[in-house]
Amino acid sequence: MKDYLTNHLTGSWYEATARERITGLLDKGSFKEFTGPTAREVSPHLKMFDLPVAFDDGIIVGRGKVKDHPVLLAAQEGRFMGGTFGEVHGAKLVGLLRYARDNPKAPRIVLLLLDTGGVRLQEANVGELAVSEIIRALLEARAAGVAVIAMVGGRAGAFGGGGITASCCSRIVISEQGRTSVSGPEVIETNMGVEEFDSRDRPLVWRTTGGKTRRLLGGADAYASDSIESFRNAALRVLDNIPPFEMATLEREQARLADRLGKFGRCHDTPDIWKKMRIAEADKIADLSDDDFKRLVEAHQEANHEAR
Amino acid sequence: MKLDELLKVLFPAGHDTRVEAEGILVGTASYGDGKTAAVVGVVNQTSLGTDGALALAGHILETIRRSPKRPIVTLLDAGSQRMRRRDEMLGLNEYLAHLTKSYTLAARQGHRTVAVLFGSVAAGAFISTGLVQDILVAVPGANPEVMDLPSIARVTKLPLEKLKALAKSTPVFASGLAYEPPIGAITEIWDRGNLASRLATALDGVAGTPDRRDEIGLERKGRLKAADIARRVQREAAVLL
Repeated sequence: MKDYLTNHLTGSWYEATARERITGLLDKGSFKEFTGPTAREVSPHLKMFDLPVAFDDGIIVGRGKVKDHPVLLAAQEGRFMGGTFGEVHGAKLVGLLRYARDNPKAPRIVLLLLDTGGVRLQEANVGELAVSEIIRALLEARAAGVAVIAMVGGRAGAFGGGGITASCCSRIVISEQGRTSVSGPEVIETNMGVEEFDSRDRPLVWRTTGGKTRRLLGGADAYASDSIESFRNAALRVLDNIPPFEMATLEREQARLADRLGKFGRCHDTPDIWKKMRIAEADKIADLSDDDFKRLVEAHQEANHEAR
Repeated sequence: MKLDELLKVLFPAGHDTRVEAEGILVGTASYGDGKTAAVVGVVNQTSLGTDGALALAGHILETIRRSPKRPIVTLLDAGSQRMRRRDEMLGLNEYLAHLTKSYTLAARQGHRTVAVLFGSVAAGAFISTGLVQDILVAVPGANPEVMDLPSIARVTKLPLEKLKALAKSTPVFASGLAYEPPIGAITEIWDRGNLASRLATALDGVAGTPDRRDEIGLERKGRLKAADIARRVQREAAVLL
C-alpha cells in the first residue's frame, strides 16, 4: 500500500504499475474501466503453456478525465508477460479504438500508456494480427479526428509491434527510460551476433533505443521527466498540435524520414549523429539533466515537426 | 513460385516491373480487360530496413498522387524487419509505421490494396506490408511467420517437442501457412484455378473495406475470443458514456 501511494502521488512512471499510472494521471474519481478484472476475461492460451493468467490480461482500458479533459485510455502492465499483445489483450485495445472511431460524442483524445515487449510469443499469430487490427483502428480513429497520444516510459518500453504502434499515434510522449525499437537488442544479438549489437553493453543499448535519442531525432514529440505529473503535463501540451492523418502529413513524413537517412544513414553510433547536428555535448547526452536536455531539443529542427 | 513465373501467371497481358535496391519491386501491369494496376513488393527474401520501407512507402504515395484510385498489388517474398543496430538507431519503427500509414491512406483514398504472399514474410515486415491490405492472399510457397519454433522454444523455455505437439492442436502460435487463414489473417489461398482472373476479381473489389478479420477468425473457429472482446468493450464504453 505504501508503494502504491508513493508511486501515484509523487513517484516514478517507470516504477509505477499500470493502475498506479492511471490513478496518478486522471482526475480523482473519474476513471471507469471497460471489461475490467471482474469480467475475468483471461487469455485462453496461456494455460496450455502452464503459465499463470491475469484477470485483465495485462491491459486496462477505460475512460476518465485529465484536468477536466475527457479521455479514453489504455494502459499496458509491463509486469505481466512483459506487457505483450495476446488475443484478449489486443482485442480490448481494438474495441477501445473502434469505439473512439465510431462515436463522435466519445472523448476525442485517446491516451495509450504503452509498456510492452511486443507480440506475446505464446500467442504469436493472434498477437501479431491484433497489433495489425490495433493499428488499423488507430489510424481510422485519427482520420475521424481523434488525437491518439502514446506515452512511453515503462519497464518494458515499446518494442516490436508496440514500437510500430507508437509511431502510428498522432503524438508521442517519452521519458529517458522509454526505450523504443522494433527488434530488441537481445533479439538482434541472438540473430546477428554480439558484434552487431552487444545487448549487455547498457550505455550502447540506451543511446541506441532510449528516450533521449528518440526525442532528439524526432521519433518522439515531447520529453517527460520520469514522473506521472510530468507525463500528464507533456500529454496536455502536445494536444495543441495534432497532425491530421492525411496525404499532406504523410508527404511531410516521407521527406522527414528521407532527410534523416540522407544526413545520418552512414553514422555508426548516436554521437556521430549528434556531431552532424552540431551538438556540442555530443558525447554527453546521457549526462544532461532533463532541463538541459529539453533546452537542447528546442534548438534542433529534427526534433520538432508535424510530420507523423 | 519464382517472381518471374508469378508475374507471368498473374498478369498474362503483360507487366513493366523492376526490382530496385533493397529488394523493392515497382512497376505497373495490365489486368482484366485492359486495366492498369500499380505493382510493388518486397522480394528475394530481403529483410525490410529503413531504406527499403521508405522506398516502398514512396512508391505508394507516388501512386496516390499520380494515379488516383489505381489498385495496388503487393507481391511478397521478404524476410523479417532488418535486424541491424544501425536501422534501429535510425528509428526503424517510424519507417515501418510510415509504410503502414501509407498503405492505410491509399485504401482510404480508393486504391484497392491486394497483397500476394508467394514466399516468406515475418514479424514487423508482415505487419507493415501483408497485414495492412484490403485482401491478403497466399499462393503455394507462402510461409508467413512471427518467430520460428526453435526460437519460441528458447524464449518460452519450453521443449521443442512439446511446442511441435501443441502446434498441431492450435493455430495461435506456430509459424506457417496452415495457421494464418483460420485466425483471419489470410483471406484466401489460391492453390488452383486461373490466378489472373482471381486477381482481377480481387482488384475490382471495394477499397478501404472495414476490418473484419476478427469476425472471420471467429467464423473459421481459429480465433474465438477477439471479436467478442472487442464488441464487449465497445458496448460497455457506450453504456458508460
